[in-house]
Amino acid sequence: MRLLIIEDDRDAADYLVKAFREVGHVADAAHDGEDGLAMALDGQYDVLIVDRMLPKRDGLSLIGTLRGKGIETPALILSALGQVDDRVKGLRAGGDDYLPKPYAFSELLARIEVLARRRGARHEETVLHVGDLVLDRLSHEVRRGNEEISLQPREFRLLEYLMQHAGQVVTRTMLLESVWDYHFDPQTNVIDVHISRLRSKIDKGFSQPLLHTIRGAGYMIRDGAR
Amino acid sequence: MTALGKLFRTTTFKLTLVYLTVFAMFAAFLLGYFALNTRRLIDEQITDTVNAEITGLSEQYSQGGIRRLVIAVDARARRPGSSLYLVTTFTGEALAGNVTALQPGIIDKPGWAQTVYRRLDESEVREHVEHQALVRVFQLPGGFRLLVGRDLDERERLYHIVLAAGRWSIAIVIVLGLAGGLFVTRRVLRRVDAMTETTRTIMGGDLGGRLPVAGTGDELDRLAENLNVMLERIEALMRGLKEVSDNIAHDLKTPLTRLRNRCEQALRTSSSETEYRAALEATIGESDNLIATFNALLMIARAESGQARGDMKEFDAAEIAHDVCELYEPLAEEKGIALKVEADTAAPVNGNRELVSQALANLVDNAIKYAEPVDKAVNGVAPEIVVRALSEGDHILLTVADSGPGIPESDRARAVERFVRLEQSRSQPGSGLGLSLASAVARLHGGELTLEDNHPGLKSIIALPRGGPLQNAG
Repeated sequence: MRLLIIEDDRDAADYLVKAFREVGHVADAAHDGEDGLAMALDGQYDVLIVDRMLPKRDGLSLIGTLRGKGIETPALILSALGQVDDRVKGLRAGGDDYLPKPYAFSELLARIEVLARRRGARHEETVLHVGDLVLDRLSHEVRRGNEEISLQPREFRLLEYLMQHAGQVVTRTMLLESVWDYHFDPQTNVIDVHISRLRSKIDKGFSQPLLHTIRGAGYMIRDGAR
Repeated sequence: MTALGKLFRTTTFKLTLVYLTVFAMFAAFLLGYFALNTRRLIDEQITDTVNAEITGLSEQYSQGGIRRLVIAVDARARRPGSSLYLVTTFTGEALAGNVTALQPGIIDKPGWAQTVYRRLDESEVREHVEHQALVRVFQLPGGFRLLVGRDLDERERLYHIVLAAGRWSIAIVIVLGLAGGLFVTRRVLRRVDAMTETTRTIMGGDLGGRLPVAGTGDELDRLAENLNVMLERIEALMRGLKEVSDNIAHDLKTPLTRLRNRCEQALRTSSSETEYRAALEATIGESDNLIATFNALLMIARAESGQARGDMKEFDAAEIAHDVCELYEPLAEEKGIALKVEADTAAPVNGNRELVSQALANLVDNAIKYAEPVDKAVNGVAPEIVVRALSEGDHILLTVADSGPGIPESDRARAVERFVRLEQSRSQPGSGLGLSLASAVARLHGGELTLEDNHPGLKSIIALPRGGPLQNAG
């Protein structure tokens, strides 16, 4: 994956470039809005990581200009302003995701990977498969092998989201945002309990677990056999 | 700016000038009108008298001829007064009367005229004293002419008296007006100066200062009172801000110190990679807590400052109660707690859905956190948490009732106060700002958070003003 990091704090940008290279991505950095815009205009990148407050041209106007020129490269906005209305402003300006600072690298990575594959067809599929687990989005039926699994509506949406992003790390915050539409951190980690309950329904009694905990990052559903 | 210049520049003084001009013009108009009317009245009086005399004299003439007329005119002309008489032949030769030096040609034209004249009994030395008279010339049968008139001195004198009165009164109006204006202006200026002085000290940092109120209830007093209320509010906000920064300092410095100590200790004592790794992981965990605290503080500050008022929408509090319980239900079940919801079908609230959800989530979180473990529960009955969304009067009450240890009554009021953390809560995980946030959110919506005894346990109530009727989501 080719990433462009537009961030004026050179330390932070260098850290991100190194960290992304370590996990096997190609990352470039730009340190102000104009450079960032020029580089992004190439359209050679898979995902842009844009700091909101940049010298010369701010992040929102940069994304707006790109969208105006028809460049739809997914963009994630990084910002110290983390309130709900700032987030809404960022997304309205053409950003695809919004991550308030300070963030965990694992959170950023998970979101970047989701963004990069967003244009894949998974969202349109009506039946999702992971190994022998099948989720039908129309009939709301879930089966594993021949066994029908009955899920609560929220559990169904949780599983649906995980399966849409099968093979990708999904963080707790992403789940809270997408499945519950909450943008705050509950003090206790309630998501873990929901996951373990879901896990007991889809993995219990099967030799091959599908729902995995990724330490320090979040969760991933994947076919372990592959 | 000189004191006088300042005086002239005030609104009051300018107003005074405007009024002064208006009043002066009014006085001038009034006196002018009076003068003109008086003049006309005198003219009318003269006309009437002259007409009557001419009628009388021409009767004398028709009864006794020119001789009788001359006798009558002579008799009348000798009387002192302002009446003027002259009888002439058709060539203009005077037969009787008391005037001479008329404007030439006056006697040839019958009718009314204004003319200069001189009385016969006046010496010619005072020639340049010109008298004005209003006269009527009457053509008598037989070619004689009769002139009867009145001196106009009286009229002119009256006219001049009125004019003088006008000038004086205008002068007095101006002098009095200016003096009054200056007096009022200076009084107002003194009060405004006092206000300005107070504002300066307030701007200088003394937020306790208040504008002087004279107690007269006038517009300056009303202004001062309103400004004082505003100052009160500003002072409260500043106090709040100071409190917030003090608390931020406390809430963030303590964990930062802990973080630093842990790093130092790791550097000093760790020898293996495993130990370093463990120390680093603990550091990350600690900084995550810091971030959570920071976010909570920002959220509270945001709710406190009323910034979040922008995204107020109507939502159903019952729905929120269900959603939040659904989020926490697995956690409660894991701890052996029964989490129940009792909600009215529609509990409309106008507000920030996200913040209210978070406030309620914090209360439920607290209730679960502090619930007694199952084995210690009363009579072996599983602990229970009931979340209610009920409408009561014009309020919607979101309550979370638990059967945990509760909060002693003496601490309850304090626990709700902004940023107060009871000592026991500091040892618990989480930012410990849950109640503060819930309270700030309630206040943002014009409601309040209260804590009550649940016998046993704690009952937290968020009272929110009831919103309008729920619109059908389209």
